Amino acid sequence: MTKQVKQLDRVIIRFAGDSGDGMQLTGDRFTQESAVFGNDLVTLPNFPAEIRAPQGTIPGVSSFQVHFADHDILTAGDAPDVLVAMNPAALKANVGDLPKGATIIVDTHDFTKRNLDKAGYDVNPLDLLGDSNDMLGDFNVQPVDLTGMTVEAVKEFGLTRKDAARAKNMFALGLLSWMYGRPTEGTEKFLSKKFAKNEPVRDANLTAFKTGWNYGETTEAFAVQYEIKPAALPSGTYRNITGNLALSYGLIAAGVRSGLPVFLGSYPITPASDILHELSKHKAFGVTTLQAEDEIAGVGAAIGASFAGHLGVTTTSGPGIALKGEAIGLAIMTELPLVVVNVQRGGPSTGLPTKTEQADLLQAMFGRNGEAPMPIVAPQSPGDCYTAAVEAARIAVTYRTPVMLLSDGYLANGSEPWRIPAFDELPEIDPAFATEPNHELTDADGTVTGTDFWPYLRNEETLARPWAIPGTAGLEHRIGGLEKGEGHGNISYDPANHDLMVRTRQAKVDRIAESLPPLEVDDPSGRAKVLVIGWGSTYGPIGAGCRRVRKAGYDVAQVHLRHLNPFPRDLGDILKRYDKVLVPEMNLGQLSTLLRAKYLVDAAGYNMVRGLPLKAAELADAIGALVAAAEGIEVNLHPAGTDMEAIS
Amino acid sequence: MTTIDLGTPGLRSGTELIPTFQGEGAQTAKEYTSDQEVRWCPGCGDYAVLKAVQSFLPTLGLRRENIVFVSGIGCSSRFPYYLDTYGMHSIHGRAPSIATGIATAREDLSVWVVTGDGDALSIGGNHLIHALRRNINMTILLFNNRIYGLTKGQYSPTSEAGKITKSTPMGSLDHPFNPVSLALGAEGSFVARTIDSDRKHLTSVLQAAAAHRGTSLVEIYQNCPIFNDGAFDAIKDADTKQDAIIPLVHGEAIRFGTPDESGLGTKGLIRTATGSVEVADVAEAGADNILVHDAHNPDPSTAFAISRLTDSGYLNQSPIGIFRQVERPTYDDQARAQVNTARDNVTGTDAERLTALIHGGDTWSV
Repeated sequence: MTKQVKQLDRVIIRFAGDSGDGMQLTGDRFTQESAVFGNDLVTLPNFPAEIRAPQGTIPGVSSFQVHFADHDILTAGDAPDVLVAMNPAALKANVGDLPKGATIIVDTHDFTKRNLDKAGYDVNPLDLLGDSNDMLGDFNVQPVDLTGMTVEAVKEFGLTRKDAARAKNMFALGLLSWMYGRPTEGTEKFLSKKFAKNEPVRDANLTAFKTGWNYGETTEAFAVQYEIKPAALPSGTYRNITGNLALSYGLIAAGVRSGLPVFLGSYPITPASDILHELSKHKAFGVTTLQAEDEIAGVGAAIGASFAGHLGVTTTSGPGIALKGEAIGLAIMTELPLVVVNVQRGGPSTGLPTKTEQADLLQAMFGRNGEAPMPIVAPQSPGDCYTAAVEAARIAVTYRTPVMLLSDGYLANGSEPWRIPAFDELPEIDPAFATEPNHELTDADGTVTGTDFWPYLRNEETLARPWAIPGTAGLEHRIGGLEKGEGHGNISYDPANHDLMVRTRQAKVDRIAESLPPLEVDDPSGRAKVLVIGWGSTYGPIGAGCRRVRKAGYDVAQVHLRHLNPFPRDLGDILKRYDKVLVPEMNLGQLSTLLRAKYLVDAAGYNMVRGLPLKAAELADAIGALVAAAEGIEVNLHPAGTDMEAIS
Repeated sequence: MTTIDLGTPGLRSGTELIPTFQGEGAQTAKEYTSDQEVRWCPGCGDYAVLKAVQSFLPTLGLRRENIVFVSGIGCSSRFPYYLDTYGMHSIHGRAPSIATGIATAREDLSVWVVTGDGDALSIGGNHLIHALRRNINMTILLFNNRIYGLTKGQYSPTSEAGKITKSTPMGSLDHPFNPVSLALGAEGSFVARTIDSDRKHLTSVLQAAAAHRGTSLVEIYQNCPIFNDGAFDAIKDADTKQDAIIPLVHGEAIRFGTPDESGLGTKGLIRTATGSVEVADVAEAGADNILVHDAHNPDPSTAFAISRLTDSGYLNQSPIGIFRQVERPTYDDQARAQVNTARDNVTGTDAERLTALIHGGDTWSV
């Protein structure tokens, strides 16, 4: 039959199923296909903390949302256009997010009495389709026996029924790949490699994938194929990348650029463990990874390695930072380079291990005893984790200080097309190890009698102390957590010296601002009275929210911070240029607290802590309300003829 | 899960791969002494250990710049400040983890940890046992004075039960750790015990510990004259020590007590039917039945049994010497070997390989 081909500029698909149904893999493959096709895209994986939550239940539902478009997009989208639901629980857990008219492709096979009960359905919603009491009447429902057709298609490979049914996700992927005209070679290659050692499983998955595609092409149920053209992105070579992978590559790049071997001391924790896994594969770059006995030992080993002249790194999430606090204070006191990665998750305590949040900013700022200033760097998108990791290492090495790199669960697991930067784009990172004595010994007459090494004699420009590593003759010295005398570094309890050292450690961190480029304020009309300022992974939703407001004909400015401590030098002036400042965050107002304290600006918060990225539509409403207040006008974000949903 | 046979590297000394001293003449204790004033209480056992270490280090024949001392928190942890080597006075209990990073990062350093009974066995117990099990090439000097000194006199994890201290006016309820038993249980490959005031024995144990490749744990009985004075009097007093010290010398029968006509002790250790070890009268048991100490026995059971002869209350009896000294691959050697193996199999510069790495997977050009 001839299929109709319809043009779309963007689509949001959500794959949802049981934790064991392979939804993350399915979503990831669809993403890779879309990336290779050339669409812009943003993904949002969402999965339970339990490895295998009770089968068929709502807590066990795992999903993967991918937003792809023929133009530049910023978020994974607020509401899916298409939901693929592998069981009743997946349908029930996700149907509430769907807009009217959305398509639901549902695997009918698992809609048994038992599974319906587990999901909390009194009746089978599929039995009511088209009836007057159809629960899914607002949607275009496509019931398909995905499991049944998969089992039938892979019969010849002699798998058990259970194993055969496991290929149903590939059937679904094949069907969706057909619907959206995705290239299939990548997935075929991927499956051949992944299951190379198990031929029947490999063949079953390949066959299920192809059968899904063919089913789309031949069945009358799916009459339309959609086309989403490649997006016009800035020129360059691209790949799809997740935040944790980009961050790992950034750490390797920092090691290569600086000539320092990377040493990771880490303890497994969601959602940061993938960085440990990834770095452990790259020993060929001189990377050492040590899976420590606990979070404290992880940072301890990294500090030891830094003392010994490596680039010490420790990776964790918020609970781990709480444990590492004292050791980070030691690194601040001993002024050793150290990169501390916090892939933030929902808190407090164990909180929401697999969900995103950015509520550890004040912990990064203040979560240690004493005056313990620590530079903070945050990436704004998955690919940006690479650049941010390199920047954290640059600051750590140049200024001899621990640096907090604040990623989050959304960046860690989300992905986007990434323009691969050239090696030459990396900033200079110079360890500049001390090799000579730096101080002259004099007798009572002031005559020079020799030289020695003072570990706290500072570089005048950066205030950094010399980094003299063991093995360097003549520079033997002792450092530690006790207060030290300025210059010579011996223990000192002198009141004036302590005051000086506290101020000097702060001044050194403040001095970093002099190495930062001016902020880029996005204020296209130059007339905006409202500034929206954010940090971290809210970059996408804030950008999309601002675009919506501008599309409706209003002015708004946006600026996004990579450096949270110290703030860039021009930030104060920028804040003063606007009548209203809005600070959207996935916390209860941590950046806004810092901005209010430092700049005495009446920053308003927009705060959501749902464990999910901010929604562009809701944020646009908040921005619109502030524009209305600032300019004394009425704001209508839905003027006739504008499709706001297309901007995300 | 699959496992890989990591192979067994050849036996190596603990100081192999570390650059040796090439200067004129011999190094002296003075060169290893820093310009910092020592600030322990008068009469503290730490002075004796410091002197012994300052005199011993030059005999290693290494360069000062290749020696690193790491400590935690407590009286003994001030140790690194008084040595003119590289050093770090770190945070409470964490010295073994920091030393693990140093020793794993660099094969050319001699790494030492100085810790106390509180630092190593209370707050830092986890790091101690994991350092021992990994067998990181370093020597841990555990100063055991059976009391908290720097916080002024609370009981420690090695204090005897019932001890009256500032925090236990009605007597401590905690059962004490035996550090040697703990280290043996944690798969320690070198476990020894010595005494602050016996410089000759202390130095001989330090020599063996430094020569051992892997984690060497040396428990040093150390008197605190302020808060726990006399805790080790029975094994130091000339009148009582021959009955209190059970001397462990590899290859020799374990005999102590008043000497018989041959000059050997009239008491000795024998095995019991249950596998434990007990003190017996040599004349009654027969000299041939006295246990001969074998520190190289791959099975730690006998060493553990001997360690149980340490009094857990007031110390009237304690085995002293090297309990166990066996060869086992070290974590740091193997970690470096994995990195070296991976680097041996690559071509191109690191920058070229980084470019190839980040271009991995599916790419497309715009």
